[in-house]
Order: sequence, then C-alpha cells, then structure tokens
Amino acid sequence: MVENNNTKISAKDVDVFYSEKQALNKISMDIKEKEVTALIGPSGCGKSTFLRCINRMNDLIEICKVTGSIKVDNEEIISSSTDVVSLRSKIGMVFQKPNPFPKSIFDNVAYGPSIHGLADTKSDLENIVITSLKKAGLYNEVKDRLNEPGTSLSGGQQQRLCIARAIAVNPEIILMDEPCSALDPIATAIIEELIDELRLNYTIIIVTHSMQQAARVSQKTCFFHLGELIESGETNKIFTNPDNTKTQDYITGRFG
Amino acid sequence: MNSIVAQERIIALRKKRSAQDLRFKYYGFIAMCLALAVLVFLLYSIFSRGFSAFQKTTILLEINYDQEILKLTPDSTDQEIEKGKFFKVKKNALNNVFENLSKSDAKLIKKLFSTNIDKEIKNYYIDNPSVLNTTQKLWVTAHSNVDQMLKGNSRRDVPEDRRKLNDIQLSFIDQLVEEDRIQKEFNNFFFTRADSRHPEIAGIAGSFMGSLLTLFVVFILSFPIAIGASVYLEEFAPKNKLTELIEVNISNLAAVPSIVFGLLGLGVLLNVFGFPRSTPLVGGTVLALMTLPTIIIACRASLKAVPPSIKEGALAIGATKSQAVFHHVVPLALPGTLTGTIIGLAQALGETAPLIMIGMVAFIPNIPTGITEPSASLPVQIFLWVESAERGFQEKSAAAIMIILLFLFMMNALAVYLRNRFEKKW
Repeated sequence: MVENNNTKISAKDVDVFYSEKQALNKISMDIKEKEVTALIGPSGCGKSTFLRCINRMNDLIEICKVTGSIKVDNEEIISSSTDVVSLRSKIGMVFQKPNPFPKSIFDNVAYGPSIHGLADTKSDLENIVITSLKKAGLYNEVKDRLNEPGTSLSGGQQQRLCIARAIAVNPEIILMDEPCSALDPIATAIIEELIDELRLNYTIIIVTHSMQQAARVSQKTCFFHLGELIESGETNKIFTNPDNTKTQDYITGRFG
Repeated sequence: MNSIVAQERIIALRKKRSAQDLRFKYYGFIAMCLALAVLVFLLYSIFSRGFSAFQKTTILLEINYDQEILKLTPDSTDQEIEKGKFFKVKKNALNNVFENLSKSDAKLIKKLFSTNIDKEIKNYYIDNPSVLNTTQKLWVTAHSNVDQMLKGNSRRDVPEDRRKLNDIQLSFIDQLVEEDRIQKEFNNFFFTRADSRHPEIAGIAGSFMGSLLTLFVVFILSFPIAIGASVYLEEFAPKNKLTELIEVNISNLAAVPSIVFGLLGLGVLLNVFGFPRSTPLVGGTVLALMTLPTIIIACRASLKAVPPSIKEGALAIGATKSQAVFHHVVPLALPGTLTGTIIGLAQALGETAPLIMIGMVAFIPNIPTGITEPSASLPVQIFLWVESAERGFQEKSAAAIMIILLFLFMMNALAVYLRNRFEKKW
C-alpha cells in the first residue's frame, strides 16, 4: 500500500448540539485522501452526526447546531457562506437504508448529472450512467432493464444503485452511513469488495456497527464514544493494540 | 383450598370475558345492520319516487301545417319561421282533439297539454320543412297534471274540488287512453332543459352545467393554492409560532360552517368587489375558500407520507431544496393530493347554504355557458323543487337527488382510481 499524506478533510473542534443536548464534543481529526476511514462506536455516540456534518446534511434538522471548523481541500464548510449544493456534488452520500428514487434505474443515476448539467447530449448522459453503473459493479446485472423501476431491485442491488447515483456526479468523497446494515451477508460482501475498489479513486468515510467490517475495509479507524473521539489511527493498530482501554473494551466486545 | 377458589374465579372471569367479546361482536353487527337498513330505506325512497321523472306523458296530436295559417312559404327564412303563426296551428289542432267540441270543453282540453307545445310544433317544422301543407301526427308533451295522474302520483278518487283535473278532463283522458293516443316515453326534457315554472318541461341541464362550471372554478382556484400552501408549510416554512398559528387555524377553518363562507361571499365578493351575482364565478370562489382547508390538510398529509429518505437522497447528490421537493416529493404526493382535492370538490358539489347567500338560488330558466352567467346548481335546484307546491316537481327533486348521488359516486370512484393507478410503492 502506498502511503499518502494529502489531507482531504480536516476537522477542528467540532461541536454539535441538538437543542440543548450536546451530541459531539470537540472533535478534531484529519482524513487522508483516497483511503477508507471507518467511524466506529456504540449507538448514539455521534458517528453518524459527524458524518452528516461533512456534507451539511445536518442542516435538514432544524434543532441541530454545528460549531467549529471542517475544511475540505482547505476550504471551510461550516459557514453560512458555504455553497451547500456544490459541496454536496463534491461529497456523495450513501444511506443506511437503500433509498432509490421511485423511477427507472437509468433515471436514478441520470438525475444527478442532469441537474448539475454534467452532460451536454443524451449520449453523454448515457455514457455517464453506464460508467457509473459499471463502477458500482451493477451494470452487468441491470444492463437489459435500465428502464425498470429502481425499487424492483434487490436490497443489495438497490444499495449499489445508490452508490452509482452518488458516483455519477463525480464526487471526490463518498460518505457511507452504515451502508450494509440492511443487507444480507452476501450483498454485504459484494459492497465491501466494491468499497475496496472505489478507494483507488475516492476518499471514503464509512460509519459501521460491524467491527469486522471496519477491520476488513478501512485503513484508518476512529472510535467514538458518548460524543467524543476516543482514539483514531491505523486500523491495524486500533484493532490489535489500541492505546485507550475504552477502545480495547469496545473492540473486544466488553461493551457497546 | 385457596388455590381451587382462585382457579374457579379465574374460570368464571374467563367466561365473562369471552361472553363480553361475543356481546360486543353482536352489538357491532346490529349497529352495522341498522346503518345499512337506513341507507337502503333512503335509497329506496329516493329511487321509487324519482324513477318516474325519467318518463314523460305525451299525447298524439294531429297538426295541419297549413301554409296560409302559418303565413310561411317553402322559401321562408329562419327569421320568418321564427315568427310563423304556430300558435294558430296549435289552436286548431287542440280544437280537433275530439269531434264537435264545445268551447268550454276545448278550454278544458287545452289544459291537458303543456304550455310549451307550440315550440314543439315549431321545432318539428324546423327539422322537417317538407311537412308544409301536410297534416302530421305528433306526440306532444302533456301537462304535468295529466302526467302525475297517469303515473299514479296524484289520486283521482278524491272529491273533484281537491283535484287539479275535473271530471270532464278525466273522462277526456280516459278516452285518449282508450284510443291509444296517450303514451309514456323517455323524458329527454329532464336532461336537456333548464328549470321551468312548468314541471313537465323542467330539467336539470341548467343546474348540472352550473354545478360543473362551479366545480371548475373551485378546482382552478383551490388546487394550485392548496398545493402551494401545503408545500410551503410542509417543506419550506420555518417551524415557529407563526406557522404553528397558521396550521392550527387551517384546521379551524375546515370546521367553519359553510354558511359563514356564504356570508363572506355576499359581503366581500358581491358588495365590495362587485362580482356578478348568482354566477358560477362567485359561487366557485366561495366554495373554493370553503374547501381550501380540507384540501390543504389532505395535501399536507400526503406530502408527509412521502418518506424523507427520498428527499435526503436528492439533497445528498446536490439537488437544491426546491428541486428535491418538486422533482421527487410533490410527484409522489400527487395521487394523494388529487384524491384529497376530489373529496373536497365532492363536498363543494353538495353544498347549498353558501350558494343561497350569494344568490345562486334564483330561478334561472337558461343553461349557462360561461362562469359569469347566472346559473343554478344541483343542490340548490333540488332545494327549489322541494319547496315548490306543484306535485310534478316532487319526482323531479327525487330524480335530481339521484343524479347528484351518481355524480358524487363517480367523483369518488375517480379518486379511488387515481389513487390506485398512480400511487407508487417503495
């Protein structure tokens, strides 16, 4: 594995409040380019909240307030002047439950490029759709039925369709919020393989409940507990020789 | 010992509980039967009374289209035909219904026929100009009194002074029946004519058109406003005290008695803005105001039913808020929205009180062709007919109720169809 030192995302003193309740407390971390970073921790520890800060999806929650600084490519994104639309076109997101639009498979993938005006002609758009489906490892399964509704696919296929939909707008970063928690082990294995391939071109941050999954797919792991970042570092080190006893307890299954 | 007592108590309680269950089942069944019985009785009484309105009585009349009497030639223009002396032809025909009629008898005979028959005689001539100078046998509409007598709606065994038809007229009718010169046929007037003072030629076409035009105005006004308001409240409005107040008041408005909206129409639309009185425009506006809260509530419910994950998915690939809402949320909510709108329209269709306030209760003998022409509407027409003393209007009002029920049924069927056809599952 070639080490790289380009920091893609840099968070500093990020606090998140839901009304009065503090969900995240002074989170600071750097996320390297073209690596998979896994966020692990027990339920309610704030890992999804942190993930949703990166593409500002927390804006949707009215009572949610984010302070501190997150820089993507050295540009501040926690600011009222941030262009959320262009930020989100740069940072794709895959959700816990597959959420394809109730439209055709083609339209699902084509929606992003067409609203951003990425394709000039119809054939351009087709190219983008096919390339994205190929990158998501779904093309061979659906090439004969691109006009069928995306919701007719199986759960694992739907999730890969959502990945293709995210890839289609040329993001640099992909956020995945427990992408396999609604899938069976076989579909999970396919997605994990896919994540491994996508790492070559994208910076990936994945929230997962499964420590095995974190160990399998990630290079860096961050352990959250009660809204605090307890420990972060090389996945190998976290899983074999963590510095913090809480991390040790969690990964050995003593709590959480 | 104790445990046996406890055991018995438990068994007794269990019996009591299952008996309760059974009783409740029967109560429910009885309640449902009662409701059904009332419904069947209602429908039966309407149908049994109204069906006869779909038939009218006609009498065979020999009409001599004499050129001299009519003052027409084969080359007469339409205006000349319009001025033709058809009433004279009618008079001659009526005098010859039976041979050797005395003057007083001829007067009585005349009252057996609808007052409108010279128009029927004229229309027959307009359709067949070649009948000039020939004698034609024409079935013309009988007077409502004859019609009701033959349908059995008014009785002939009551004293003469309490009948609309006297003994001589009855004997004439009997003679006509004997000679097969009187018959019942499909009442086309009921479906093609507007209201009239004469029951035998009164129809629902005018009020039906009025209702359609009114519903059109209601739809045009309320649908876009309701969609706009509910999308704004559901997706864009900040959640604060003001929007909360608006939301509560929308629910309150849905419960405001409809006559209040009628007063609003009278006070504001007619008196301040000077809308034309008695028209579908003002009626539709008032009913739109009345149904708006209902439609907004239905719209918001269907917008809420769209899973937020769809909107999140769109936002996460960089759609703007309005793109996410209008490309994804609104299309998915549309079937529910349409259903809610149709239910609202059905409510508007049956509404009478506000229309009375804005003058749609006037007697309108014409079929309206635009939203700024005075017109009646179906429920108001029923109200007017029920109020009328003439017996002939009673079956008409029952038949109009049947039509409005059919109309409502079709609208609800459309709502169900739209919901099933376009509802997407995910």
